[in-house]
Amino acid sequence: MSATVVTAKDLGRDYEVGGGLFSEAGIVRAVAGTSFAIEAGKTLAVVGESGCGKSTLARLVTLIEEPTSGTLEIDGRSATKADWPSLRTDVQIVFQDPYGSLNLRKRVGAILEEPLKINRPKMNAKERRAAAKEMMRLVGLREEHYDRYPHMFSGGQRQRIAVARALMLEPKLLVLDEPVSALDLSIQSQILNLLNDLQERLDLAYLFISHDLSVVRHVADDIMVMYLGRPVEVGPKDEVFAAPRHPYTKALLSATPSAEPSSRRERIKLVGELPSPMNVPPGCPFAPRCWKAQDKCRAERPVLEGAPHPAACFFPEA
Amino acid sequence: MSLLTIRNLSVEFTTGSGRFRAVDSVDVDVRAGEILAIVGESGSGKSVSMLATMGLLPWTATVTADEMSFDGRDLRAMSGPERRRLVGADLSMIFQEPMSSLNPCFTVGFQIKEALRKHTDLDRKQRHARCIELFEMVGIPSPEKRLSAFPHQLSGGMNQRVMIAMAISCRPRLLIADEPTTALDVTIQAQILDLLTGLQKETGMGLILITHDMGVVAETAERVAVQYAGQKVEDQPVADLFATPHHPYTAALLAALPERATEKRLPTIPGVVPGQHDRPEGCLFSPRCKFADETCRIVPPPVQPRPLGLARCHYPLEVPEGVVPAKVEGASA
Repeated sequence: MSATVVTAKDLGRDYEVGGGLFSEAGIVRAVAGTSFAIEAGKTLAVVGESGCGKSTLARLVTLIEEPTSGTLEIDGRSATKADWPSLRTDVQIVFQDPYGSLNLRKRVGAILEEPLKINRPKMNAKERRAAAKEMMRLVGLREEHYDRYPHMFSGGQRQRIAVARALMLEPKLLVLDEPVSALDLSIQSQILNLLNDLQERLDLAYLFISHDLSVVRHVADDIMVMYLGRPVEVGPKDEVFAAPRHPYTKALLSATPSAEPSSRRERIKLVGELPSPMNVPPGCPFAPRCWKAQDKCRAERPVLEGAPHPAACFFPEA
Repeated sequence: MSLLTIRNLSVEFTTGSGRFRAVDSVDVDVRAGEILAIVGESGSGKSVSMLATMGLLPWTATVTADEMSFDGRDLRAMSGPERRRLVGADLSMIFQEPMSSLNPCFTVGFQIKEALRKHTDLDRKQRHARCIELFEMVGIPSPEKRLSAFPHQLSGGMNQRVMIAMAISCRPRLLIADEPTTALDVTIQAQILDLLTGLQKETGMGLILITHDMGVVAETAERVAVQYAGQKVEDQPVADLFATPHHPYTAALLAALPERATEKRLPTIPGVVPGQHDRPEGCLFSPRCKFADETCRIVPPPVQPRPLGLARCHYPLEVPEGVVPAKVEGASA
């Protein structure tokens, strides 16, 4: 049993929106009641549609924003705002768009050394340079790339730079926010292999955020399906894919196109779209789109529970 | 009878650093009632070839083709006004990124009615009725209310549906859908794809689906054309393409799909798509191909016969018995 790197209990984040001199501010529950734990060397994948709170969760875990409720523990220490500076080096993030996340005016070397300059004041320039070159080798960049600018690289190479920058401070947890969505298929597999190798070598924990279920199926150990800010199903990958318990998970799986022309399945057709997080319906948030919804679903909110893995539904599948 | 026939289409752009060939001798054939998918990575020229067909490229582009005809009418010889009568009515297109394709200054209702005003002789009332009918068809709830909404007031999925409603408003005979679902969530994507294939069956129009998502291709298309660096490298019915790809690029692309992986390490395609300045002399895929030899690097490959999926390759894979692959004169085997 390896060490638990991050533990979240009942994590939540509200935003105040609107509101002015004469109108009352509304509250958006971007994330609510989310609990999970990730061990070293394991990957937890968070899936869900846009607006389900995936990215807000990433911001909470990377200590960019403070949760409004619940607790977060990183490496066994509770992450309150006073402790942020000492904990931040343990958690790093790789963003979706490698074209937007790198500073175009800095050379690759400078991009990689900047985290060291700020967080490792005792290191001298020579050591920093050596560390950056070592990291470039690790992620499959060549030494002569050290003096180049980001615009000289392709999308896949830039994503390698972004991964290298995230690893400079030897974090224990890497948050990957849609790391391959912006890449072409032939490049996507290169980056997925790289992430896999790095995880094995450095024993990293990954929080992998994605909407692409075929990628998630490949990389994840555990899966958390979110809907409107709340997890609706959590479990080991194989179980969730083989026997989804929440109707939403089932619909999501059936809607994902499969690259086998012979296996055209019946899709579950969901009507309507995600309700606005400004006025979440009472009861189960999925009830307006669910084909199994009954009066109970519209009145009460189901809790995340049950076996073999928990799902937030009164009438789970199987 | 072929609805759209294109032979040897090439598109060149004049750029600051010389000429760039975005589309290189591509052939396209679509029959009425057929769903053709064009797949390729970014920069493979799939959108540009279709924009050239629509006549929507900027003046920096030079379009050349041996033949380019829609329903027997030559698109190259057409005058501007003639072409404008055709485009948007019989031949229409759904663009990617609905958020930036719709005009933010006008309501979506106005924008759809504009297409109807230009191309049909319906009066104001009939146009309004047709709009509502279209919105119901594409699954937009409370159409009366949504007609007077501006694009920024609707979600991405709703805007995409508005784009589709606009494209099918004049009952086109050929619809080109350029990445119609890329910006959407999977559950919405499934709705939109069902809608498009349903419409296609109902009206018997031809449908060209441009995409990079192999899953979408497998589930919706009947025939698939694979493009690489501006060239069409393979063309097969969908089931055959996924079962027996003849071009090494198609084979490598399918092998790289995470859902086809048998182990944790995915097979990869080394290198990147060639750009403007590092275009190889022979086969464009040769620098990344694991089967490439000296011939591939020097001699441009021939187009193989139909049983070999029109693969643009010297050494096509999975050659069935009794089929002799085409050879280029002077190339040593």
